[in-house]
Amino acid sequence: MVKRDLIIVGAGPAGLSAAKVALEAGLTVTIIERAAILGGQLTKQTHKFFGSKEEYAKTRGIDIASILIDELKNYEKRLEILKEATVVGMYKDYVLTIYQGNEYFKYQAKAIIIATGASEKVLAFENNDLPGIYGAGAVQTLMNLYGIVPGNEVVMVGSGNIGLIVSYQLIQAGVKVKALLEAASNIGGYLVHAAKLVRLGVPIYTKTSVKKAFGDKQLEKIETVKLDENWQYIEGTEEIINCDALCISVGLTPLHQLLSMAEVDMIYISELGGLIPKKTPDYETSMPRVYACGDVTGIEEASSAMVEGKIAGLMAARDLGHRHKKFNELEKQFKDQLQNLRQGPSGVKIRLGLQKAGEEL
Amino acid sequence: MNKKDIIICRCEDVTLEDVHNCLKDGYTTFEELKRILRVGMGPCQGQTCSILVQREIAKFLGKKIEDVKTHKTRPLITGVVLEDIAGNDND
Repeated sequence: MVKRDLIIVGAGPAGLSAAKVALEAGLTVTIIERAAILGGQLTKQTHKFFGSKEEYAKTRGIDIASILIDELKNYEKRLEILKEATVVGMYKDYVLTIYQGNEYFKYQAKAIIIATGASEKVLAFENNDLPGIYGAGAVQTLMNLYGIVPGNEVVMVGSGNIGLIVSYQLIQAGVKVKALLEAASNIGGYLVHAAKLVRLGVPIYTKTSVKKAFGDKQLEKIETVKLDENWQYIEGTEEIINCDALCISVGLTPLHQLLSMAEVDMIYISELGGLIPKKTPDYETSMPRVYACGDVTGIEEASSAMVEGKIAGLMAARDLGHRHKKFNELEKQFKDQLQNLRQGPSGVKIRLGLQKAGEEL
Repeated sequence: MNKKDIIICRCEDVTLEDVHNCLKDGYTTFEELKRILRVGMGPCQGQTCSILVQREIAKFLGKKIEDVKTHKTRPLITGVVLEDIAGNDND
């Protein structure tokens, strides 16, 4: 069995940030990434980020990925990266089973950082398995990574930032966005993104969802319906919209499976997207020297994921005997940054979720 | 509403009708539903359907979704070709 010091699972914004700080502190690091390229969701984010300068505001997501990858180049001698390698199992003795190509093998770590991210939630409605019905994130991958448009006329379900941004990117790609549906009474994402869509003539229907999809071999049209305050269909408010693609953007849910199968203490928090690990302020889970950061600890922005990653990297290094030279300074800096990112109206849900999970804010 | 046409678990082709019938038969935990319907036992191992299933259990029992026991996650996370496990020389 291959023995390693720190293994980081996932090379998105959280995992890459964790790697950087742990390497800086002097650790030897292994990153295991399922995709062929590093960067996670950043690799398909062509839009510029908000937030503060420390988290690369005004920089495009894809460029942030390049910056994070470049920062690791100084440490090549202490860094091992496995790409197109999926960690398929995690066990209480710190063994990870890995599947890469046709090779199935084991690594044993002294410490593990889980930065697996999240997956898209789905919706239950009639004929929800028709070809042409996509997750919004999947559409973003298709368009921005592979240059493929999902259809000619799209309806977007969900007005969180992903729904809003992907709608805009669909328009940039020459696709007609027929409507944006939102089940709640308000837009979920930043109004600046929504305003762009309104200016481009996209109708936004609140308190509305998709009830049924129609099509012979693939999606041809959908039926929308108004929702009451209990999220129930209001009969008689149905309307038909013709479209050949439907994007579902109703939130993300943490990719918790590795933590769950190792029987780390987990808790279900709706505000944070589903099942998350309980963790200390140092991002350590109930399993000693197993840390979690980024969306797997609850759905937030990429900027928070990066800071969480830095905290996890800092703490993993300390716990393996490589206390960072600037440990005290960095710990305070990272924790303050995180608190700032969660301030304000867009952080309300996150703060509520963290409180429910029993964390001090 | 035609529950036969609402897919809950796309890996194992389990419909809302299947889930509701099981709930009515008295199988009201995720683990029981898994054993009878194979819901959540396909290639994605429940990552896609588990919240939908939990919501249906919650609705049926009149509970909050947070109070519905989640299903047991077991290795492996995704499909691995048996030959690749059995046939390798790694310890």
